[in-house]
Amino acid sequence: MFKKLAIGAAFAIALTPAASFAAGGGDQHIEDFHFSFEGPFGTWDQNQLQRGLQIYTEVCAACHGLRYVPLRDLEALGYSEEEVIAYAAGNFEVFDPELDDFRPAIPTDHFPVNDGVGAPDLSLMAKARAGFHGPYGLGINQFFKGMGGAEYIASLLDGYTGEEKEEAGTVLYENAAFPGGWISMAPPLSEDQVEFADGHPATVEAMSEDIAAFLMWTAEPKMMERKYSGFVGVIFLTLFSVLLYLVNKRLWAGVKGKKHA
Amino acid sequence: MSGIPHDHYEPKTNGEKWLNSRLPIVGLLYDTLMIPTPKNLNWWWIWGIVLAFCLVLQIVTGIVLVMHYTPHVDLAFASIEHIMRNVNGGYMIRYVHMNGASLFFVAVYIHIFRGLFYGSYKAPREITWIIGMLIYLCMMGTAFMGYVLPWGQMSFWGATVITGLFGAIPFVGDAIQTWLLGGPAVDNATLNRFFSLHYLLPFVIAALVVVHIWAFHTTGNNNPTGVEVRRGSKAEAEKDTLPFWPYFVIKDLFALVVILVVFWAIVGFMPNYLGHPDNYIEANPLATPAHIVPEWYFLPFYAILRAFTGEVWVVQIASFVTGGIVDAKFFGVLAMFGAILAMALAPWLDTSTVRSGKYRPMFKWWFYLLIIDFFALMWLGAMPAEEPYATFSLIASAYWFGYFFVILPILGVIEKPLAQPETIEEDFNAHYGKADADATPAE
Repeated sequence: MFKKLAIGAAFAIALTPAASFAAGGGDQHIEDFHFSFEGPFGTWDQNQLQRGLQIYTEVCAACHGLRYVPLRDLEALGYSEEEVIAYAAGNFEVFDPELDDFRPAIPTDHFPVNDGVGAPDLSLMAKARAGFHGPYGLGINQFFKGMGGAEYIASLLDGYTGEEKEEAGTVLYENAAFPGGWISMAPPLSEDQVEFADGHPATVEAMSEDIAAFLMWTAEPKMMERKYSGFVGVIFLTLFSVLLYLVNKRLWAGVKGKKHA
Repeated sequence: MSGIPHDHYEPKTNGEKWLNSRLPIVGLLYDTLMIPTPKNLNWWWIWGIVLAFCLVLQIVTGIVLVMHYTPHVDLAFASIEHIMRNVNGGYMIRYVHMNGASLFFVAVYIHIFRGLFYGSYKAPREITWIIGMLIYLCMMGTAFMGYVLPWGQMSFWGATVITGLFGAIPFVGDAIQTWLLGGPAVDNATLNRFFSLHYLLPFVIAALVVVHIWAFHTTGNNNPTGVEVRRGSKAEAEKDTLPFWPYFVIKDLFALVVILVVFWAIVGFMPNYLGHPDNYIEANPLATPAHIVPEWYFLPFYAILRAFTGEVWVVQIASFVTGGIVDAKFFGVLAMFGAILAMALAPWLDTSTVRSGKYRPMFKWWFYLLIIDFFALMWLGAMPAEEPYATFSLIASAYWFGYFFVILPILGVIEKPLAQPETIEEDFNAHYGKADADATPAE
């Protein structure tokens, strides 16, 4: 039984497909940041998500959209309905086909699409990237540390070396986390660029982590509900398997001899 | 159903008799459920139930997903996000369906290799084996088309690469590829037909499963010794077997639930582990991903497909002999399908008269090597197409074919098998001792 389980697990663990992920090269440096939501017991740090939203609104939203995220979902970050209404109206305008004009956003709208400068949408970025998939492409580290999408984002934002070069009229910035090492996005964060209401320090590293955590939330808003379902299911099935084990044992006791009873 | 002698359903009340003379469905269910099953089946025999469960799980979750999914290139990706964010419990239904495919393939591979080790493919079970292979092919088709439906980057480019394989067929390849795609490239027509077929094929699988079960209910199950159940009389058969209900139903259910604990933990805590991050980027025909990698369950055959490049002498000879009709690409496609065909031909390639690998001292080691080979191919399929992986892939592919076409036929001739138990009862009692209730004064 256990031999089989072990083999089944080996199937699942050791040989996963994502051996080569979007961020392919071996020269990248993805820092293993610690996030509060990691692991089966991890939970969101609500204050961090709020700080992340603030950074997104004040910095990232200039170029990047969050097209799949409804504004009403922000209530999950601890805001009241009124606060969400005020946030939506105060920060975004959306095109309304019925009015044939732009109007202030309301909570039932999504964050606006923003493809003005060709910057990618960030809704799912934390699931569309991964960290180190090793060793030897086996992905064992991801089994223990998670897929690493948030680590990638934080490493990227904190990974500028300060070098830049011009190539075919485009300025490229050297970045230790980006595949290939040169990225066209200028360093978006600088020290004390954002002022947090709770007085949290606004270093580039701290802000990188905050925005990465926020983007993990936008990518997987139901993560906590999912883990909860996971616990309920695992506990129920474990108890059920114990009962079935006992039933099975008793059932077969009459057929088997005493030798291995 | 013929086969091992056992009790049959006898209608007792007038109502039962009335129904039975018009539609003997209760009798059919009774015979199916009460089938005499070799009592020495070990834990490797539980994967059939897991597979049946997977099929039902995938159909049920799939039907719910269809209620919220939109098969259109502009809307498919967004409709998946709608399921993940707005549909009640949608994130669980989708993650279960996604990982359910992986559980399905874990189960089918163990089920197949169990059959290969214990000689379940040998006479008189060839039909069961062939139908099983057809089910496996349908599963691969279903899984492949299902992976295209979210319309992510890997969906799109996987579809492009795999349908491109048909384009490698000489003369008619391009026409076939266009016909499959419904146009010159993967587009809305492709998505729609894949959606349609992804919904259809599981029911084809269900029908094949019925025939699969029918076939082995006729021949009886194989068992770890490979020794047949005695069928001289009902009393004799009962010494070797126990009815499927309740003995094996409960045993299999226990195993299933243990497996589901692991499955549910993966769904709950790491649902994207077996997926590819690129599939969270919407399909973009203008941006090719750095590496196009299929899902893990296709990797062994993907490795075989890629192993036969133009530099391999076998390929060069094939190309020369056929006047260039069989080029490297087509050779790779033939090798990939040939690798599956080789498994299907196992009943006729294996010349040994002994069924179970337990009593085949040489076969055992070659078989274990085949398992290692399978895992090696899986790993190589995920590696970039460069040295040293290319050479390793070639060696591993060669062993796969060598096992079926050379080793299996030769072993049957040169191997000296170990002594097998006379009966299943003997094997069972050697393991578990003789039950008191079973002891008769004569013995």
